[in-house]
Amino acid sequence: MIDRTVFKERFVKWVLVAFALSSLLFLFLIFLFILAEGLPLFLKVGVKNIIFGFKWAPTKGYFGIFPMIISSFLVTIGALVIGAPMGLSCAIYLSEYSGKKMKMFLKPALELLAGIPSVVFGFLGVIYIVPLVRNYLGGSGFSLISTSLVLGVMILPTIISISFDALVSVPKTYREGSAAMGATKWQTIYKVIIPSAKSGILASFILGMGRAIGETMAVIMIAGNALKIPGSILDPLRTLTGNIALELAYATGDHRLGLFSTGVVLMVIIMILNYIANFGIKRKIAK
Amino acid sequence: MRLRRWAIILPLLCAFLVSCSPNSNDRPGRKHTITIAGSTSVMPFTEKLAEHFVVDHKNFIIDVQGGGSTAGIQAVINNTVDLGMSSRELKEGEKTLNTITICHDGIVVVVHPENPVTEMGLDQVRQIFSGRISNWSQLGWKDRKIDAVSREEGSGTRSAFEDLVMKGKEINDATMVQDSNGSVKEVVATDPYAIGYISMGLVDKKVKPVAIDGVSPSIKTIKSGRYKIVRPFLYITNGELEPKARQFVDYILSKEGQTILKNEGLVGFYD
Amino acid sequence: MRINPRIINRLVRMGLNVQAFFTVGILIIIIAIIFFKGFPHMSFAFIFSFPEDMGREGGIFPSIVGTIQLALLSILFATPLGLGTAIFLTEYTRESLFTKLIRFGVESLAGIPSILYGLFGFIFFVIKLKMGWSLLAGVLTMTIMILPTIIRTSEEAIRAVPRQLRIVSYSLSASKWETIKKVVLPAAMPGILTGIMLSIGRAVGETAAIIFTMGSSLRLPLSVMDSGRTMAVHFYILAREGISMEKAYGTAVVLVLSILLINILAYYIMNKAIARYS
Repeated sequence: MIDRTVFKERFVKWVLVAFALSSLLFLFLIFLFILAEGLPLFLKVGVKNIIFGFKWAPTKGYFGIFPMIISSFLVTIGALVIGAPMGLSCAIYLSEYSGKKMKMFLKPALELLAGIPSVVFGFLGVIYIVPLVRNYLGGSGFSLISTSLVLGVMILPTIISISFDALVSVPKTYREGSAAMGATKWQTIYKVIIPSAKSGILASFILGMGRAIGETMAVIMIAGNALKIPGSILDPLRTLTGNIALELAYATGDHRLGLFSTGVVLMVIIMILNYIANFGIKRKIAK
Repeated sequence: MRLRRWAIILPLLCAFLVSCSPNSNDRPGRKHTITIAGSTSVMPFTEKLAEHFVVDHKNFIIDVQGGGSTAGIQAVINNTVDLGMSSRELKEGEKTLNTITICHDGIVVVVHPENPVTEMGLDQVRQIFSGRISNWSQLGWKDRKIDAVSREEGSGTRSAFEDLVMKGKEINDATMVQDSNGSVKEVVATDPYAIGYISMGLVDKKVKPVAIDGVSPSIKTIKSGRYKIVRPFLYITNGELEPKARQFVDYILSKEGQTILKNEGLVGFYD
Repeated sequence: MRINPRIINRLVRMGLNVQAFFTVGILIIIIAIIFFKGFPHMSFAFIFSFPEDMGREGGIFPSIVGTIQLALLSILFATPLGLGTAIFLTEYTRESLFTKLIRFGVESLAGIPSILYGLFGFIFFVIKLKMGWSLLAGVLTMTIMILPTIIRTSEEAIRAVPRQLRIVSYSLSASKWETIKKVVLPAAMPGILTGIMLSIGRAVGETAAIIFTMGSSLRLPLSVMDSGRTMAVHFYILAREGISMEKAYGTAVVLVLSILLINILAYYIMNKAIARYS
């Protein structure tokens, strides 16, 4: 009888170990297959010709994705310019100013924003933002600025929730100490709380960047997808994700491999960003 | 207590799994499935034809997928579909496959309905998409940048447009790119300064077709050979057609099928 | 001249107030637009009838069924895997290199954008495993995508179960697994359910990973090897190809409404759970 229990315990443990390993296995498979499809072209065409190549015409043997790398970073920075101040001030309001009841309403509302599918953001962007930009700023409206605006809103929930966590984890004694010295609330926030939550706030920005650079459906609907590096904020552009999504269904042979190479570059960028956010920045969360 | 709970859950689970069991269509006495994949230009018309076909052929299921001409041809080579759809001619290396031309389609250069330009030369279209002409004032309208919209690499429509219009010139990098006829049309329909090219079957009031070298695109001008930007819509098969797919193809080539295509704005074999 | 810090304080407070409501305003505007434009096109018939003429006419029934199939089947696969991982991480090990490695795996999976899941699902399930564009390929891709959410929320929920409960159980000579099964999991259930609900929400709203694995066939998927459309994919195609704005808005209402309900339910369960232990 006792043996049976022991046996069962052991069995359960090994099953759980196997389950726990599944995430690692999946991660490994994802890496393996994207690299296996994406790397051969780097060897064939040359890393330089892909990463620093300006011309993308895969059916004619050109696989340059440099403009898309630049464009991806441009929309990401654009999104951050819009989303970071908005998100941070929202987080400050939530953690420092809002009453408990307000928080009970605002926090879930902001989480719901995260649940809205990206196709809906893209659709509303095309219907409302694109014509607005076209009519008041010029250009076709399918542009860097429209895409940045929509992405800026889309990354808000990420920025708010992570920087909120960082702000509330600043010890209460800091606030009390500052208040005791006669500082106003804003002086306390500005001089004490934000500096001590700096790393968490930074991490929220970087994770927001990761979200923006990986966003696909909304981007191909709004960005216009031109291959050139945009010369102004009113020009259309194509991101790495957009390149994959636009052409994957159609591609065969080297063309398909070229899209997986685009995926490899995207994956490397995302991994670097996530690494910085999760491990590089020592998040001092005092718990 | 515990048993009772399972007594409820298990049958439900079984029912769910059975409903999800593979190949439920291949059981004897069940329906025939024809799978078709390929060009997104041909897809809407194939779906339309399929809708009409199954009305009289209730034992058929027709599974239509997009994917693009090249992917469709590849799927035929791999025998993963019964029929491939292509909106371009076969290339070298694909010539071993059989093609069935189901109709012809004009590629129409379209602009926003408010655009006063009604006509251009073929060389002007080429210059717009190669970036030589970039302002509407060069075409006699206001001083405003032209928002040209093209299709993505690998698209049959783009490939046909490159052959018939660009003739070796490259499409400019600053040209916007959309991944289907429908989305090109949407951009042109909303942006007054846009120009694009789409399948003639899709032209409606939301966009305005432009006459090329004095010939406006229509079934008549295509039949008489005066409108030149024309490509075939092809079904691709690997070897002989299977009888079940044959039935569908025969239907398309019949007067009834061709009338449906004609009503959709395509150029069939009957008048 | 120095401005009085108290005035600055008040201005900032006002500014932040406006900012926070502006952000919530965006959410409200998005939902309002979708609802006002979409409700007139939504009806009982729209939900329960088949699309005609590529979705220009008729309803969205197959895409609703496709969405439910995708979400439920992915949950069916991901829940045991995710919950098992969470139990292992919380109950069976101490922090070690091994758990760090697993956490790294989970974090990395969570950070991968959906288009890369799409690429992977396309090459691995659709092409290498020869599943073709099918419900199964979509489900398996989705399973991996939602796994991190389930692991994280379950782990948090299990950690939140008070120690005393376990001690009492052990003192009644229950084994470890019995304790987990009979004491810990029931107590952590609300948190676990929250994770499951959030994952369903994610599966319902996903497009990029699904369109390349499940395909976009308009028919009702009758077997796991059939291709199908989810509501999100259907909406994307309707809107992007300009097939029908009315139907697009109608689909958007059903889509957004179901996601909102799922998420609200998730937070409701979570708040109940928090109230229980604090």
